Amino acid sequence: MKFSRIIANSGEWLSGDGPNRQIVVSSRVRLARNIRNKPFPGWAKKAERLEVMGLVKTAVEALPEMEESYSEPLESLSPLEKQVLVERHLISREHAAKAVGSAVVTNARQSLSVMINEEDHLRMQAICCGLQLGNVFDMINRVDSELESSLDFAFDSHLGYLTACPSNVGTGMRASAMLHLPALVMSDQINKIINSVNKIGLAVRGLHGEGTEAMGNLFQVSNQTTLGETEEEIIGRLNRVIEQIIEHEQNARALLSQRKPVTLHDQIGRAYGILCHAFSMSSKEALNLLSVIKLGIDLDVFPEAHRFPVDELFIETQPAHLQKGAQVQKMSSEERDTLRATIIRAKLNQMPGPDMSRLKISVPTATSKQ
Amino acid sequence: MEATVFLTQIVDGKMQKVNLCESCSKEKGVNDPTGFALADLLLGIGDSQQIEKNPASVKCPVCGFTQADFKKTGRLGCSHCYTVFDDGIAPMLKNMHKGTAHTGKTPAKFHMTRQRGEKLKSLQDNLSKAVAAEEFEKAAELRDQIRLLEAEPV
Ligand SMILES: [Zn+2]
Ligand SMILES: [Zn+2]
Repeated sequence: MKFSRIIANSGEWLSGDGPNRQIVVSSRVRLARNIRNKPFPGWAKKAERLEVMGLVKTAVEALPEMEESYSEPLESLSPLEKQVLVERHLISREHAAKAVGSAVVTNARQSLSVMINEEDHLRMQAICCGLQLGNVFDMINRVDSELESSLDFAFDSHLGYLTACPSNVGTGMRASAMLHLPALVMSDQINKIINSVNKIGLAVRGLHGEGTEAMGNLFQVSNQTTLGETEEEIIGRLNRVIEQIIEHEQNARALLSQRKPVTLHDQIGRAYGILCHAFSMSSKEALNLLSVIKLGIDLDVFPEAHRFPVDELFIETQPAHLQKGAQVQKMSSEERDTLRATIIRAKLNQMPGPDMSRLKISVPTATSKQ
Repeated sequence: MEATVFLTQIVDGKMQKVNLCESCSKEKGVNDPTGFALADLLLGIGDSQQIEKNPASVKCPVCGFTQADFKKTGRLGCSHCYTVFDDGIAPMLKNMHKGTAHTGKTPAKFHMTRQRGEKLKSLQDNLSKAVAAEEFEKAAELRDQIRLLEAEPV
């Protein structure tokens, strides 16, 4: 399969449906695995990396799940193409920095991807729409079980799966959910939430993982520890916390619509006005305004039919996607900002203005009454 | 003054032991815990038992990784490094995770090897008991079972 075919279709996690879809954009589970007694990628020499890559790539491509797949050594991808894969969450930023001896394999639906020779020999992930970490784990767990018959994974009876960084040892699992939390941000409650989530040993990060800024009111919540609990226990703990965050966000939305309808109306109206009429827009501004529109759709202020086109804009307006779509290798940031504004105007052209009379007002539950 | 603090330094791969009294060591800042890099503490320098083994010279026989490399990268060299540097890694994992032992998924292959080992052991125990009790017919039966199991490909 060619890169252009991957680009042509958005991943299933974007277009699909799933539980709590309005607030939970996607669920992702990643497993780290290594080949016994082979130096980890960061310590291996080029020839050793190439040897492991050959071994792993063959095994991964042979998976029934990868029957229709895209498989590419990283050195044959341009920096722009790598960035497109990062924006789709198919590879990490760290992986995009790699070249000879690293590769990526992803299925056509873009629900499974395997990074070969990232920090570990294998980083395999499954991603789905909405809150369904259990299902996503089952998907990637099956792949892992299939691979262990052809690859000799480094496993210790006491420490579990052995990884390059001691922070991943044990299950080697990182489960995460991408949450859209505009009302918690608008009502200044987000820091309180982040702090309490951190306190119970879970991590909250921005759009593209560690060290990235929270843009578009999008936050990734994931487990921090990997040793001493089963995969099911970790996912159960994460699920319970995410369900609570969802409830807080819903309450914050209810409170905003009940007590500050003018503020809400104003924010949604301004976001719509700017997106429909701007001629230059940075990626950060676009994400932040699109987030308000997404909230408007959740609250019935815009018709439901516009949900998918707006969700698509979250991805399409990212720098590499813009540039790839324009078929240009080099583009200044001013040119990108102009193009971004044009694409947004064109896409929102069919969308009616906000109808605040349709605003869904729900009653906040007792737990969040202030 | 009496030497109360023993400082070990690795200079050009050679270990040098310096004996300092408390006031001298304070002057040189050696007993300031923040003066020691985390990785040193974690991988054993500062632990008297480890100093004798000169951990800086310990190399993973599989990949050639040393403690100094860990200090630099924060990552290990290969899966075997976990065995080589176990003394230092164990306390670090304790601080980092919910527990110290893996309770999650086990590869099927590993599971089978373990089950086979456990079965062999119980057969051998029974064999010893049978021999001791002079139950030779039973012993012969057990011996055949052990031979069969040992002949199975892993
Ligand atoms: Zn002195
Ligand atoms: Zn090693």
